[in-house]
Amino acid sequence: MPAKTMKTKLQDPAAAPGALPPPAARIFGVGNAGVGLLDAISGAEFSGASFVAVNTDGPSLAACSAAVKIHLETRLLRGLGTGGDPERGRALAEEQFATLQDACEGAGLVFIIAGLGGGAGSGICPVLARAAKEAGALVLAFVTLPFWCEGNRRQSQARHSLEQLKAAADGVICLPNQKAFKLIDENTGVLDTFHLTGGFLVEGLRGLWRLLTRPGLIQVHFDDVRALLCGRHAESAFACVEAAGPARSRETVEKLLKHPLLDDGRALAESDTVLVSLLGGKDLTMAEVNRVMEQIGRQCGRAQIVMGAAVDPGMKNRLSVTVMAATQAVAGNPAVAPESNPPAPVMGPETPVPSRRRRAPGLPADQPLVSGSRGPLAAPHAAGRGRRDKAKMLQAQLPLAIVSKGRFDKSEPTIHKGEDLDIPTFIRRGVLLN
Amino acid sequence: MFDDSNLIVGLEIGTSKVCAAVGEQGADGALNIIGLGQSRSRGVRKGEVVDPAQAEEDVRNAIVEAEQMADVEIRSVYLGVTGGHVRGFNNRGVHPVVSADREISEDDVQDVVKNAKAINLPTENNVVHAIRQHFFVDGQDGVTNPVGMLGSRLEVDVHVVHGNTNRLQNAIRLVKGLQLEVDDIVFNGLASSLALLTAEQKELGALVIDIGGGTTDYVVYADGVIKHTGVLAVGGDHVSNDLAYGLKVPLSRAEKLKLEHGAALVDDAVKDQTLTLTNELGLPIKTINLEHLRQIMSLRFEEIFQLIAQDLEQAGLFDYLRAGVFLCGGGARVPQMASLAERMFQMPVILGRTNSISGLKSALDQPEFITAIGLAKFGSFKTRRREGKSPLTRGLKGVFGKLLQRP
Repeated sequence: MPAKTMKTKLQDPAAAPGALPPPAARIFGVGNAGVGLLDAISGAEFSGASFVAVNTDGPSLAACSAAVKIHLETRLLRGLGTGGDPERGRALAEEQFATLQDACEGAGLVFIIAGLGGGAGSGICPVLARAAKEAGALVLAFVTLPFWCEGNRRQSQARHSLEQLKAAADGVICLPNQKAFKLIDENTGVLDTFHLTGGFLVEGLRGLWRLLTRPGLIQVHFDDVRALLCGRHAESAFACVEAAGPARSRETVEKLLKHPLLDDGRALAESDTVLVSLLGGKDLTMAEVNRVMEQIGRQCGRAQIVMGAAVDPGMKNRLSVTVMAATQAVAGNPAVAPESNPPAPVMGPETPVPSRRRRAPGLPADQPLVSGSRGPLAAPHAAGRGRRDKAKMLQAQLPLAIVSKGRFDKSEPTIHKGEDLDIPTFIRRGVLLN
Repeated sequence: MFDDSNLIVGLEIGTSKVCAAVGEQGADGALNIIGLGQSRSRGVRKGEVVDPAQAEEDVRNAIVEAEQMADVEIRSVYLGVTGGHVRGFNNRGVHPVVSADREISEDDVQDVVKNAKAINLPTENNVVHAIRQHFFVDGQDGVTNPVGMLGSRLEVDVHVVHGNTNRLQNAIRLVKGLQLEVDDIVFNGLASSLALLTAEQKELGALVIDIGGGTTDYVVYADGVIKHTGVLAVGGDHVSNDLAYGLKVPLSRAEKLKLEHGAALVDDAVKDQTLTLTNELGLPIKTINLEHLRQIMSLRFEEIFQLIAQDLEQAGLFDYLRAGVFLCGGGARVPQMASLAERMFQMPVILGRTNSISGLKSALDQPEFITAIGLAKFGSFKTRRREGKSPLTRGLKGVFGKLLQRP
């Protein structure tokens, strides 16, 4: 075994198992990006959560204000970090799997924040997710994918890591930075841009956090979220919008449906679970909540919707809506799909297959990834896929019979409640003339 | 000779024809129709101008004909507008009365109407009419004229008709291109209802349906005020088009078949009846089934009535229509139209008669002319209460409502 220095400082007083209130949450910032974001979010808003910074890079950890810092290092790296190689990050994390697992001990909910594409984030995240999972927590990852201009290598590393993460975590909320480009002003500097995209990620986390913790008009319990996401290995799209003034409910919905991160509302239509978190001031009315939910509900026809509405006195006259749309990530991962039917020992297929093959030689072989804690998750997983199958059968209709509109061909169509009145009535009603 | 100031002309640029009605206002204020001009319209689709050059020529022909018949020179017109972009809805305006004695003044009334008009329209839209319905003084309902009353809070319900500014301007520009002034623009359905309904019928509540060539306009009166307006961009043109498609004949032939053999109901008399079409030499070219023809027409008209009925049902206005349904426009000429409407609305249906106009009685008693006559009547209402000439821009904002509702 290679010699290693392990600097683990578990000094979180709330970490004792059982001492935490129900949604004992632990927020992990992984890699340089993740640790940086952790600084942005720590504070009063996330009271009840504890923060853990994980990195291979000493200086970044030293600058971080998180209560717990885990420095992964071996002599092989010579203090230079992973050098952008996720395999090194992964190897390190595997090596200190027990440490990571310890850090997750007692948490009901583990958030992982990271920027994928580099060495530390891409390599450590999947392992950390697995560790947290085995420690019995619900794992949600909030990650960014690199900009296209960052190069192929980072893209493929990020994509690869994302796949592994999806297989290991309960939910992955993924923000492709490129998509966020549309939201960013032309004149924004490079630093600010990264800051902003990170901000979006934090916004999503904040929305979910509010959903869980704020005293609400309509409360969402941790268990609800857990039941929804547990074992689904889903990928999520999310958006957070805010509007003020008397027409705020309408405005927020409009903004949501135009949001690039939701693919102009398409993400809602394709999702099978949607979480909606509304936050307003004391003046938030039920009618407004209803209006927003009605519009969103119309967009996501077959999705299961969980909503929460909360009140924050500081939000006077404003309304902020956070939407997370989760899509089952079974398709495209053939290793998972066919084998998870037997309920009990399903560990094999859930292990990210490619990761094993690509493990760097010379570092310690990984432990068998089996643990008993994941057994119960198999059932919801199977149920989730059943829904997915049904969804697949939905087929779009093609307009096969094209009816000429004669003299109205070139004029503006007369559309009344979705019906083109220029087409002869007897054709629309299917009356046969014989 | 006629004094020009007494001359009121209504001009309707319809989809199938252009019609100009010349009215003369007598000393007692009654309107007398002294001339009518019409011309086939070729540059209009669905109530909106699509070929300005062609439409301009048609308008000129109609105006010239009306001038000849009435032996006058037409200088300005009241122009009818319609189209799928024209919408109506009700809105309420509120205004606090701030004067020390709490007496409601004329200014307060102007202000509250202004507030009611300040609505969230799309920027490209413009208000055609803002018609007062009722005032509320401190929540007390049914006040028709609050001036002089005491109160702290004045509210008014108005019915606002609005449309796309550019499309409205198209018709206005066309008329101005002919060196004619436009006194005001008026929604066609409103004009028709003015020509058709007596004050009593308005009080009882009535639905006026104007089935034109390109659009079907409808207006609901209840308790003496306009409660609802609507436009369906579907009309006689659609019937012809349906026939051309369903019977596989050219459009011109379909038009002719519609006029000669059309009806709104499929009755037993036409069961299995066929008709042989011949070419100009009298040789048979095609046989069509009359029952199919009727079926196609009937379905289209049925649908038009259905859509209107649905709209009224949504607005909750069915119980107010105690005077029944009034039909006008070219569509009202279709045989058995009244029976179809009766069946669809389950209430008495009256084919429109221009009751409230004196003049060339028999010549005017045609459902097609009702809109043009109604436009002239609108003008007479307006000039009777004239407050000095208002430019078009003010006219566009619906001076009508203010004038008509004043006792």
